[in-house]
Amino acid sequence: MNKIQENRNHAQFDYVFRTVEERGVRLIRLWFTDVLGRHKSVAISPAELETVFEEGLQFDGSAIDGFSRIQESDVLARPDPSTFELLPWVADDEASGTMFCDITNLDGTPFAGDPRQVLRRNIDLARDDGYEMFCAPEVEFFYFAEQENGIQPVPLDQASYFDLTTMDVASDLRRHTLHMLEALSIPVEYSFHEDGPSQHEIDLQYTDALTMADSVMTLRLAVKKIAMDRGVYATFMPKPLNGVQGSGMHTHLSLFSEGKNVFHDPSGSLSATGQSFVAGLLYHAREITAITNQLVNSYKRINEGYEAPRYVSWARNNRSSLVRIPIHKQDKPDSARIEYRALDPSCNPYLAFSVMLSAGLKGIKENYELPPEATTNLYDMSRAEQKALGVASLPANLSEALDEMEESDLVREALGDHIFEWFLRNKRREWNEYQRQVTPFEIEQYLPNW
Amino acid sequence: MIETLLVFPAPPPPELSQCLDQNSWVWKAINNSNSAIEDQPDTGWGGGVIVADSDPEGALALCKELRQTENPLVPILLLISKGQISKFEINENLFDDFCITPFYPEELEARLNNLFFKFGKGLQPELVKYGSLVLNIETYQATIDDSPLDLTYMEYELLRFLATRPGKVFTRETLLSEVWGYDYYGGGRTVDVHIRRLRAKLGEEHANLISTVRSVGYRFGQSRWGS
Repeated sequence: MNKIQENRNHAQFDYVFRTVEERGVRLIRLWFTDVLGRHKSVAISPAELETVFEEGLQFDGSAIDGFSRIQESDVLARPDPSTFELLPWVADDEASGTMFCDITNLDGTPFAGDPRQVLRRNIDLARDDGYEMFCAPEVEFFYFAEQENGIQPVPLDQASYFDLTTMDVASDLRRHTLHMLEALSIPVEYSFHEDGPSQHEIDLQYTDALTMADSVMTLRLAVKKIAMDRGVYATFMPKPLNGVQGSGMHTHLSLFSEGKNVFHDPSGSLSATGQSFVAGLLYHAREITAITNQLVNSYKRINEGYEAPRYVSWARNNRSSLVRIPIHKQDKPDSARIEYRALDPSCNPYLAFSVMLSAGLKGIKENYELPPEATTNLYDMSRAEQKALGVASLPANLSEALDEMEESDLVREALGDHIFEWFLRNKRREWNEYQRQVTPFEIEQYLPNW
Repeated sequence: MIETLLVFPAPPPPELSQCLDQNSWVWKAINNSNSAIEDQPDTGWGGGVIVADSDPEGALALCKELRQTENPLVPILLLISKGQISKFEINENLFDDFCITPFYPEELEARLNNLFFKFGKGLQPELVKYGSLVLNIETYQATIDDSPLDLTYMEYELLRFLATRPGKVFTRETLLSEVWGYDYYGGGRTVDVHIRRLRAKLGEEHANLISTVRSVGYRFGQSRWGS
């Protein structure tokens, strides 16, 4: 670490100490993420802060999904002071701060099971090539009325697009959520009802991939917490209702080099570098889908259609395409971007951004050629017609996605052996359990007839 | 309150202005004793940094003038070259400390802090005020309309940099190198992201404290030309 970096870190630690002192912070929550993308938290007192900054907080990783290893299970949580925030929903007399952590081995090397370290590594690899990725996800989710007998998908309201009444519970929730997110340094562009009942969307304003992955974690927590306080259950499950479109996380991506957006082309279309990036995403799309869409349920959303893509294709304006390349204004080079539409909000954002970045960069490095645009609606075509166009489908279910991932050197390299192998084992088990279930569909369809 | 440093000559050598800026000193450069009086801030000068290595006689003459008034300027830090040390009359009490050029920024900063401490200056919390915005440099806390702003470290640093230089327009590149440091990757876009967050945290009513200057960059507070 160079001198300036050291001073910067010192100043950041000092900033956290002073704020903790001045604002009477009683508790500091250290946040990290398991391999499946679930939020984990350990609380420490201000008295422990100095030691934790210096030495890290040692804990047994074997209780965390994806952290366990054969021999040594102790790891260190090292808080990242640049992420320090005061929790806005806590009363002033119980002020709490939070920081995201990097997980390291006891010898200080990055812990291979930590998704945040995986994304850091991929970001560093991109930097070696001179690139920095910026992301802006659009996160969809549902609000359901809380029930006495467990969680049931009962929609809060039947409001449709832009429908708003002052009595609307959902709009109160939305206002509070936006307020809280802004207080947590997560500005959002706007949010409104999508077509589904009780479905909402929050569009995050672009930022660098690591900050954005942290923000997605914070957003999911904040949305759930604020809903729970009002007796409402918020869910990021990709497809909670039959016959109603699922929740996606369409993510806009752009790539910068030396302060310039390399997706920009003076003509207003996507630059050659951008085209290779998209080609990389398309070429590796089937391999990365297990990561971008990690639940059995994720494929119910993909198969249903609506705004979810089923086909590995791109278009300027076509809802069924996997990648959308919006036309940007020529005088706004920074707004050149592409939109990857497969992701759903149940994904682990650190891992999802890692594989997307890795696939796109592979396309640039190897100069992949962008296939022709899918100009017609692929949903209306027969499979034979699609095949003639050379259009592949995304995996139809988790099992197929895992098969694709298992064969992928790209995903293995992006995630590292530890997470790659743990993820496959864990998800195979999930799929096998699901396969053994007798579903309501079967009871309904078969019981009366056979 | 940060007291303004008098700096001679105008403009000062770039390494000096850079060092003072990086350490958040508020300063004004002057070229002679007349402008030292004309440009004197309402609260008086907090002290002086006099560069004497290029024109030692002129610099000492200025020190004399600044000291021999009803309100002598203290403390004065002299920047001199190694060869000049023996020529200075220490007993004339024309300055309070000196630093050899080329100076180490850390040394200059430490000497200035030491002088300020000795002369009982800068003991009050260092506050930067602009309208209803108050930044406490000492404790890293910011308030607006007396209620605390919850900022991340980089948001605070960006706000501090801007608020201590109201009316000045900064390009994204300048902000990047001054606030983030040279080895930061994000590019100008990072600046935009942080400005947007700051505005959101300042709240609708105060978001316009930071204005976007089209195709240039950002400015805190009113333009010097009143627009």
